[in-house]
Amino acid sequence: MVNSRYIETLTPEVSKDTRSGFGEGLLQAGQANENIVGLCADLTGSLKMGGFKKAFPDRFFQVGIAEANMMGVAAGMTIGGKIPFTGTFANFSTGRVYDQIRQSIAYSGKNVKICASHAGLTLGEDGATHQILEDMGMMAMLPHMTVICTADFEQTRQATLAVAEHEGPVYLRFGRPKVPVFMRSDAPFEIGKAQILTEGNDVTIVATGHLVWEAMLASQVLLERGIRAEVINVHTIKPLDGKTILDSVKRTGCVVVAEEHQRIGGLGALVAQLLAAHCPTPMRQVAVEDSFGESGKPAQLMEKYGLNAKAIEAQVEDVMRTATAVL
Amino acid sequence: MENQALIQMATQVRRDIVRMVHGAASGHPGGSLGCADLLTLLYFEEMQLSPDQFDMNGTDEDLFFLSNGHISPVWYSVLSRRGYFPVEELATFRKLNTRLQGHPATEEGLPGIRIASGSLGQGLSAAIGAAQVKKLNGESTWVFSLHGDGELQEGQIWEAAMYAPHHGVDNLISFVDCNGQQIDGSTDDVMNLGDLAGKWAAFYWHVLTCDGHDFDALRNAIAKAKANRGSGRPTVVLMKTEMGKGVDFMEGTHEWHGIAPNDDQLESALSQLQSSHADY
Repeated sequence: MVNSRYIETLTPEVSKDTRSGFGEGLLQAGQANENIVGLCADLTGSLKMGGFKKAFPDRFFQVGIAEANMMGVAAGMTIGGKIPFTGTFANFSTGRVYDQIRQSIAYSGKNVKICASHAGLTLGEDGATHQILEDMGMMAMLPHMTVICTADFEQTRQATLAVAEHEGPVYLRFGRPKVPVFMRSDAPFEIGKAQILTEGNDVTIVATGHLVWEAMLASQVLLERGIRAEVINVHTIKPLDGKTILDSVKRTGCVVVAEEHQRIGGLGALVAQLLAAHCPTPMRQVAVEDSFGESGKPAQLMEKYGLNAKAIEAQVEDVMRTATAVL
Repeated sequence: MENQALIQMATQVRRDIVRMVHGAASGHPGGSLGCADLLTLLYFEEMQLSPDQFDMNGTDEDLFFLSNGHISPVWYSVLSRRGYFPVEELATFRKLNTRLQGHPATEEGLPGIRIASGSLGQGLSAAIGAAQVKKLNGESTWVFSLHGDGELQEGQIWEAAMYAPHHGVDNLISFVDCNGQQIDGSTDDVMNLGDLAGKWAAFYWHVLTCDGHDFDALRNAIAKAKANRGSGRPTVVLMKTEMGKGVDFMEGTHEWHGIAPNDDQLESALSQLQSSHADY
């Protein structure tokens, strides 16, 4: 049963990029709080930060192609009470500047919002140099860091506003391509609180980011086969909403975790740790299997690397066979 | 403050440094001793501070950023002597459950520290960010930063150096501890820094040089740097120092970058450092 508190439509006619949701959210947050400042490393258009820059030219800082310095300047700007939002691609927001984030932001407990676009394979044609698939794991490992990965335009806008209100360092991950807008603009959004998008007792599908819509598509196909899937949108990777996941898994007895990220170190790994400690349960992952990406159209890449509704359906059927065998 | 009083305090700071490093049997005495005069001048004369009510934001205060965080002993000594925390706490340096971590940190809430440092090259960016906020907030206060000369081998320093004048940051005075030494040897041998004054000037900074052990020279450099406000460009002070300054067997060698004195060496060092202040 679809939860209408969260879902606007299952037949969306509009597709928008999640990064535009960030751009709109940042502008709204900037209007609400004059302490918000924006920093960008030569990707203002790609990050959709142009609206903020135009509205608040004195609070926008072009850093040039120097991401390490951007992280350090942002950390310094928190001293004096500013709330800096940094913008660049996910690759340059994490791996390139890991030590700067670790020491100057996370260990120093600085209120910096690291906003990362073009995450994952759906970056597309630019290829593996830019398609980071390790970022959520890297960020989740850092003490004090909150990690968020959003599902669609509306959710990214909401998350940006929530992040602005949250005290402490945050990694906010979103993407490049236009994807269906299916979430309600007034859906309840709380950092650290997972969202049950469809209720069901046969299998739990835990998904994040672009894979949430794919999970919704999969759940509709599965329903036609008589399988009632419970789809949980885990927009906050850390802190993980273990209770919502465990409560669901205890009812369904099996789970598939789907993410546009490496199998090692991502949401699936965190859920596996949770289940191993509290409720050992048959589980499958829909994730990248320890490889780099490559050039191609986003949809082609998601098909080739097994990150779509079809792949989720296959893993659901597999995990349900295992769960039945265990019983 | 009279130079004689500054000398007495700087000498006590040097006593604290060798005693802390001896007590922990680890730490970095060489660079700490070399920067004792600058930090004493900044904290006891130059900077506008509120040590009794430490506030992370530091509004309407001058701020100091130690980018070469391994010389934490000199900073901890000066902070405690200036009243940020009890001098007795210096005895906990580098020991389990201390607020005086091996490298400066905010995690344990030590008053006076505003950002962690230790992994080199990051402090200039942070100082610039803090300086920009002071400008945004319309403050007339200053931001100071200190860097090792070897630290200038880190690329992030030059990213930050390019950024600051581009954004008109002219309320920042950055010092470089030019002792010519780093862990593996002299900076000339390890990675020649070349013409540092020329490099900073090419990045559009005001460049000053001075003797880092002469209070009048340091004072003069700071006054000149402050006169650059309004130019839209920050000032770097290339401060010639001697690593290990004040303890003859530690002076001028990289050997004392990161090792602790034994009991006999401590005694010898303290006999060379007579101060009118009391030990912790």
